[in-house]
Amino acid sequence: MRLAMASVVLGAGTYGFRLAGPLLKARVRLSPRLERLMGTAVVVLLAALVATSGLMDGHHFTGPARPAGVAVGALLAWRRAPFALVVVAAAATTAGLRLLAVP
Amino acid sequence: MRSIWRTLVNPGLARDIALVCVADALVGVSFGAIAVGLGLPLWLPVLMSLVVFAGAAQFLFIGIVGAGGSPVAAVAAGLLVNARHLPFGFAVGDVLGTGWLRRLAGSHLMVDETVAFTLAQDEPRRRRLAYWGCGAGLFAAWNLGVLAGAFGGRAVGNTDAFGLDAAFPAVLVALLLPSLRDVTTRKAAAAGVAVALIAAPWLPAGVPVLLALGGLAVARHGGDARQEPGRQRDSGQSRHRDQDPSRHRGEDRNHDHDHGPTRKREATR
Repeated sequence: MRLAMASVVLGAGTYGFRLAGPLLKARVRLSPRLERLMGTAVVVLLAALVATSGLMDGHHFTGPARPAGVAVGALLAWRRAPFALVVVAAAATTAGLRLLAVP
Repeated sequence: MRSIWRTLVNPGLARDIALVCVADALVGVSFGAIAVGLGLPLWLPVLMSLVVFAGAAQFLFIGIVGAGGSPVAAVAAGLLVNARHLPFGFAVGDVLGTGWLRRLAGSHLMVDETVAFTLAQDEPRRRRLAYWGCGAGLFAAWNLGVLAGAFGGRAVGNTDAFGLDAAFPAVLVALLLPSLRDVTTRKAAAAGVAVALIAAPWLPAGVPVLLALGGLAVARHGGDARQEPGRQRDSGQSRHRDQDPSRHRGEDRNHDHDHGPTRKREATR
């Protein structure tokens, strides 16, 4: 039952993180400047998430297959390809490379 | 809800969200299968997906307890990974709407993809629909996927073979690109990425992403002294009144407005 408790505690803590922003925001009026900084903060966080989830497996570099797929997707997105193509091409590139035994 | 989607929303948005839901459902299948494969009880991945609803933290959690690590360490690691939802909430909190029920329910749907889809919309109504549509869709898809994976996932095998691990970053890139057209935002993101990648080999998961917020120092600097060369490069795309450099001397407020990364956005597809 320790595992059930642990899941619930993690869920509660995560929910706390999620709820804090909307609740505080309803109370405090942020200056336009700070508001803008918040928007930038999210882009920075998501960009860092792209980098770490695209390149790393824990503390090590993941094989080249995944970053190659992400790069193909990014290139297509930059060329304004349809979203579906971006996602499918990224996955297909990585899958194809792995089929060729690229890690 | 369905008719609202059809009339108000670009069908493209619904289609894009549906695609991400399918991809996440497959990742959910692998999560369920891996958890059970590690010898963890069937109900654990199902319960976690309902109450935690955050893929990266869940994988980390089962990785730690599956290898015999302590649940306390697994919770701590998961919380560290999920701390980024705090700044997420500050940025997109207002799309949940007012009222307790909306805030309480909507907060639980806050995941990376929801936030990214919301961020990519330019108009308040579309932002709201993107948030709720993506959030509810992903919650259903993720939990159904995990359920399927926990009960019969061994049939699916290793989903890495499908390259799904490349789909998640690619989704985020596609949704972030419009925001990155803003020079200040782009510089902050580049600095943040550099910090995260330098930190990633050494620090626990989640911490590098949080440290990336240090990249905001670049944005603040940019906000104080708008770098002119950068702006000129950008002006081809943002054909606003910024063409005339003399205008934005005394107009800091409007100017700030224009450069809000969440505002100056062309409709995404």
